[in-house]
Amino acid sequence: MSTTRRDFLKIAAASAIGGGLQIGFDLPARAEVRDTLITDAPFAPNAFLRVDRAGKVTFVSPMIEMGQGTYTSLPMLIAEELEIDVDKMAIEHSPPDDKVYANPLIGLQMTGGSTSIRAMFVPLRRAGATARVMLETAAAQQWNVDPSTCRGKNGAVVHVPSGRKLGYGKLAEAAAKLPVPEKVALKTPADFKLVGTPHRRLDLVGKIDGSAKFGIDTRLPGMKFAVLAISPAFGGKLAAVDEAKAMAVPGVSQVIRLPDAVAVVASHTWAAKQGLAAAAPQWDLGPNGKLTTADVVAQLATVSEQQGAVARHDGDASKAIASAARKVEARYEQPFLAHAAMEPMNCTVHLTKEGCDIWVGTQIPGVTQAVLMQVTGLPREKVRIHNHLLGGGFGRRLEFDGTVRAVQVARQVNGPVQLIYTREEDLQHDMYRPYYYDRVSAGLDAKGNLVGWSHRIAGSSIFARSFPTIIKNGVDPDAVESVVNLPYGLNDIHVEWVAQEPPGIPTTFWRGVGVTRGTFVVESFMDELAAAAQQDPLAFRVALLDKNPRAKAVLQLAAQRSGWGKRLPAGQGRGIALCIGFGSFIAQVVQVRVDKDGAVAATNVWCAVDCGIQVNPDTIRAQMESGIVFGLSAALHGEITLKDGRVEQTNFGDYRVLRINETPRIDVTLVKSSETPGGIGEPGTSGVMPALTNAIFAATGKRIRKLPVGAQAAQGDVHGAPMNVQQESTNA
Amino acid sequence: MATVKLNGRSVRIDGPDDMPLLWALRDLLAMTGTKFGCGQGLCGACTVQVDGGMARSCITPLGAVAGKSVTTIEGVGRTRVGGAVQKAWLDGNVPQCGYCQSGQIMSACALLASNPKPTDADIDSFMSGNICRCGTYPRIRAAIKKAGGVA
Repeated sequence: MSTTRRDFLKIAAASAIGGGLQIGFDLPARAEVRDTLITDAPFAPNAFLRVDRAGKVTFVSPMIEMGQGTYTSLPMLIAEELEIDVDKMAIEHSPPDDKVYANPLIGLQMTGGSTSIRAMFVPLRRAGATARVMLETAAAQQWNVDPSTCRGKNGAVVHVPSGRKLGYGKLAEAAAKLPVPEKVALKTPADFKLVGTPHRRLDLVGKIDGSAKFGIDTRLPGMKFAVLAISPAFGGKLAAVDEAKAMAVPGVSQVIRLPDAVAVVASHTWAAKQGLAAAAPQWDLGPNGKLTTADVVAQLATVSEQQGAVARHDGDASKAIASAARKVEARYEQPFLAHAAMEPMNCTVHLTKEGCDIWVGTQIPGVTQAVLMQVTGLPREKVRIHNHLLGGGFGRRLEFDGTVRAVQVARQVNGPVQLIYTREEDLQHDMYRPYYYDRVSAGLDAKGNLVGWSHRIAGSSIFARSFPTIIKNGVDPDAVESVVNLPYGLNDIHVEWVAQEPPGIPTTFWRGVGVTRGTFVVESFMDELAAAAQQDPLAFRVALLDKNPRAKAVLQLAAQRSGWGKRLPAGQGRGIALCIGFGSFIAQVVQVRVDKDGAVAATNVWCAVDCGIQVNPDTIRAQMESGIVFGLSAALHGEITLKDGRVEQTNFGDYRVLRINETPRIDVTLVKSSETPGGIGEPGTSGVMPALTNAIFAATGKRIRKLPVGAQAAQGDVHGAPMNVQQESTNA
Repeated sequence: MATVKLNGRSVRIDGPDDMPLLWALRDLLAMTGTKFGCGQGLCGACTVQVDGGMARSCITPLGAVAGKSVTTIEGVGRTRVGGAVQKAWLDGNVPQCGYCQSGQIMSACALLASNPKPTDADIDSFMSGNICRCGTYPRIRAAIKKAGGVA
């Protein structure tokens, strides 16, 4: 029997064991997420929608689902205008296409930057309304009546005066022959029936019965499995491997040498892993073989003394600070962070002379296709990207490095091959959230009013590598975000940016991008200023937000929910922070308990959100919960460090993330609003980090200016230890 | 080589004894509902039940489950507790990216099988081996209580 035939039988047998309907209860209507494109639908008025003869509506999503809920909220926009039951829709991942499926806010087919709703709120409603109008027109023609008397409702067109009715499926072919109207009227928010109501996720069933397909779940006849080791030091080369030992492991079929890596291919992942261990690769560690975190920090500290590119200059901050009654200064450091998505990096490739098929979960299908056209020399139509649900993105899957690696391996493999990064490899060859070093100073007048803000940020520029055209006058707009647009009323402000790349260490976006980076510093420093002015941190902020009513309102709401101002037992404290980003306004209060040994527990978080018009309120709540857990993970524990050129962290034992027993009680309050929708995937992460460290200050008097908290707490450094950086001086 | 009772059916798995059950399920049987997360029993994504108890399949050798009963996410819905947990997960809108949820559900089923009415502290303690990067923990707590009839 051929391998292929045998594998087919195995897969068939597995379906018999695992297959069929696996959930243990009935579910009347269930939306479906499809992994393969079905094209047999006569009516496709635009790239996002197809209506088949049975009336089934398929939504081809320009955005990929990675947990953030877009496979529910985006279909809701369509269903609202198309007048269909959203729970009966099918959802397909869009094929690679940087034009048709471009994110209008970015110009590429990209899911990221908390843009899905912001980008698609109008286009998808328009897509739905256009289809509905065409179906209504088709029905009117069939009945020979005035189209204005026909209404789409619940998947059918009704002739209102007579009550006649035709299902969308029966009208699909006729509708397809009609011209697509250029303008259609959209509902006003007051008319929304579905949008704005909490709705159960459409992708749930596959995620509770194990049938949801992530890239790593790709199974193909004859497929082989590979794992790899990349030079542990960035920029190192492969020196030697024991190929014979690796090949001696049963099931291992190939050892593939790449300039800076080695991959072992086998009939299953276990054999591949054992083969890689047996191969015992030796490395020429290269120029960064001795690099430590301290080297990177020292370099940043040095360049942060030098003048940078001016990102904002209003008034005269240095004069305002120099003549202020008091000057407050601080330095903040934020570490390298890994993404550590639960689905480790992986990619399945079948590369032949005829074409290249890629099964992967990616935030950038179009870019991936374009890159692989270059890598393989194949034309566009022969590079086929089959996108999947993402087992977490957080920015990691905005990069194509893992896919290019898989193609480098597949080039030497006969037949399809799945390359998996082990967790160790995933952590040690991530592209990291950069290390940032901030120097900031401000003045307080005699009454404690803020009178000037001067700020210099140093770190790696992600945009300089990924989107160099965005850099203007030397300023990376992401790196200075939330600082240049400080929400607090202030006349004199000066912000500089110093780009300094860490040697060899690849950096990229992380959840909350520049907003997370900037919000930590701004909100920490605001807290320091309030303390220096001997004012309540909430009152100090609110007094500076007269021109920012939405920000003021969420701050007051979160504070009120938390019982702000009520006394807490010794060792406990509350901290507050404001985050404005992605078009949304979020305030968070964290309550902590700090034990005598310095251990910090976040016990409660209150979160108030004004993200404008709400599409799926339950998704907004879920994203706040998600962001809070993600932000607390990083603030308490998250840190990638280097020693001898290598990332020291290896797995979840030493790259700690929040577990359920460390998760606070979370209270989310949504503000009703008729403003333009804002993004919600990221900002929940950003504010919680300074709210946490501000709470630690409230509990202990100890100011955390260097993340993560965890290491300092473990050293007993949180409780009552002397302040680490702040130099405060009183001007005569 | 091992014969196991997998989701109620006797299956012969043609893999070495030291091969972790995870890879046998995923790579030999194409049962991909059980997930790879860490390979060291640190994250819980690969959780299954062996003879009704919780097991991390990434560190459970095939040889150790020979002759035993293995339940995976693909089969747990047919059990009384499994169906109740899945229903609570659905009603509570628990999953986000969903990758860790097979393991979360399998752990929750094992918890409820041994402790039908767990307290918050019981849940936190039992479920602390299952990582979720999307932060679905508050909803997991609520769903377990609901499935256990506590809330």
